[in-house]
Amino acid sequence: MEQIPILRIGDCLLVSIQVDMHDRLAMALQDDLTNKVVQTRARGVMIDISALEIVDSFIGRMLNNIASMARVLDAVTVVVGMRPAVAITLVELGLGLSGVKTALDVDKGLALIRHLIDEGEGGALDRRQE
Amino acid sequence: MIVDKSETMNIQAAEDVVRVRQLVRARAVAVGFSLVDQTKIITAASEIARNTVDYGGGGKVVIDDVRSGVRKGLRLVFSDEGPGIPDVQRALQDGYTTGSGLGLGLSGAKRLSSEFDIKSAPGAGTTITLIRWK
Amino acid sequence: MAATTDVIPQILTKHENYLLGQWLAKLTASGVEVGDKTELNDQARRFVAGLRKGSEGGRPDNISGPEWADARAVLEDVSRSGTMRGATPSQIATFVFSLKEPLFELLRRENGSDAGKLAGEIWTATQLLDRLGLYTTEIFQRSREEVIARQQDELLELSTPVVKLWEGVLALPIIGTLDSARTQVVMENLLQEIVNSGAEIAIVDITGVPTVDTVVAQHLLKTISAARLMGADCIISGIRPQIAQTIVHLGVELSVVSKATMADAFALALRRLGKTITDRERKSPVKAD
Repeated sequence: MEQIPILRIGDCLLVSIQVDMHDRLAMALQDDLTNKVVQTRARGVMIDISALEIVDSFIGRMLNNIASMARVLDAVTVVVGMRPAVAITLVELGLGLSGVKTALDVDKGLALIRHLIDEGEGGALDRRQE
Repeated sequence: MIVDKSETMNIQAAEDVVRVRQLVRARAVAVGFSLVDQTKIITAASEIARNTVDYGGGGKVVIDDVRSGVRKGLRLVFSDEGPGIPDVQRALQDGYTTGSGLGLGLSGAKRLSSEFDIKSAPGAGTTITLIRWK
Repeated sequence: MAATTDVIPQILTKHENYLLGQWLAKLTASGVEVGDKTELNDQARRFVAGLRKGSEGGRPDNISGPEWADARAVLEDVSRSGTMRGATPSQIATFVFSLKEPLFELLRRENGSDAGKLAGEIWTATQLLDRLGLYTTEIFQRSREEVIARQQDELLELSTPVVKLWEGVLALPIIGTLDSARTQVVMENLLQEIVNSGAEIAIVDITGVPTVDTVVAQHLLKTISAARLMGADCIISGIRPQIAQTIVHLGVELSVVSKATMADAFALALRRLGKTITDRERKSPVKAD
């Protein structure tokens, strides 16, 4: 069965979804990512959906699930590259994607992950110093 | 309503949901929908196709190019012989809040369509009609 | 009562010139601005011809049939030229209605001895001319509606500009009501601009939105959610206290920061982006000793 490749960049995992996924493939990706986050002790997960022309409620829930799972494992998730038509449709569909952070592209996504990770670690320290 | 072109497709497995998306895209492009409108109807089709597989035990979809007066549009009729939906009104409302599989797809597809009709009863299968006007 | 009449076509044939003369005199006397005399004569003549054709072949109680096509065409001409001259719908309809008096006079001449028949013919004639007169009003309405529809489309396109205030900051001043059609256009424009400029902050200014009820608030929230999905945060500006209440009342999923003025919102945006504005160093004035 085909698999969606997961790349590792430092302490981040990067997934770029290039195909129109059927449900089983999406579930497989979810499992795969969870395993990899644990294995690599990743602090950030970036999901690039710039190639996706359609994001329906199943894929939306998959993204939410990945973010929830990652949070439990102390990793942040950022979804990047959502197309305008997809964003408008998701909003109409009523799917919040509230647990998911987003950025316009891969560059900004990596910067955001960096910021969130650093803020997470540094934030506690800063407060103590006040 | 005048039907200009009609195609039928069987929906039995998860892979068929992807094929439905591709077929609806091709038809939506042919009708001349804007990109946003294409995305909306393909997404709505994806929701209902998935429900047909997951809850209806499989079924089919009929895709029609339709005309009414000066309006042109695309009509999708999904049907299955599955167990049916006991309380349609609730399914349309609840799913949205509980986030359960069936509901969000139904109410979401309705929001994404110009016209939406659903006929379903326990033991009598389900027929869902979506129309998106250009 | 709807009966085909052969009296009217007969009169129109027998007394065409007399009728035209009387009618045109009446039109001029009524003080209605008639514009080009030649054009008017031509239209009157054609109308009488159309009237004859319609009443010969068609029914006087239904002017949408093919027999009345000529008559309708003349009326469309009259309506068009009248509208261009700035005539009111009533003035245009007078073209038809002022035919009544001369026509009734002719009917009386031909049927004077038979009161019953005369009454019947006058009733048929008046019904017919009423319908034809009202038709001109319908044409007027229709062309008005076409103009309005076209202007609405243009307005929709023009009235949702997205402005780049600074590198990374967009402003979206919304003027007028936010209905669902407009919201779609607003969202598409905003999201496209976010993609083009890579902006991370969008200031949505609602000073120009007259009322914000729950429906409008939902449209606003949709727009903000959509921008958020594209990685841009929104700040609402031009917020009045009642509006803040409505938004909170909706049990908002996202927290939306709002400011009273766009200036405040812009200042906040710059702060978030880590920018500060400083005065340029001024050269100290030369001291006079």
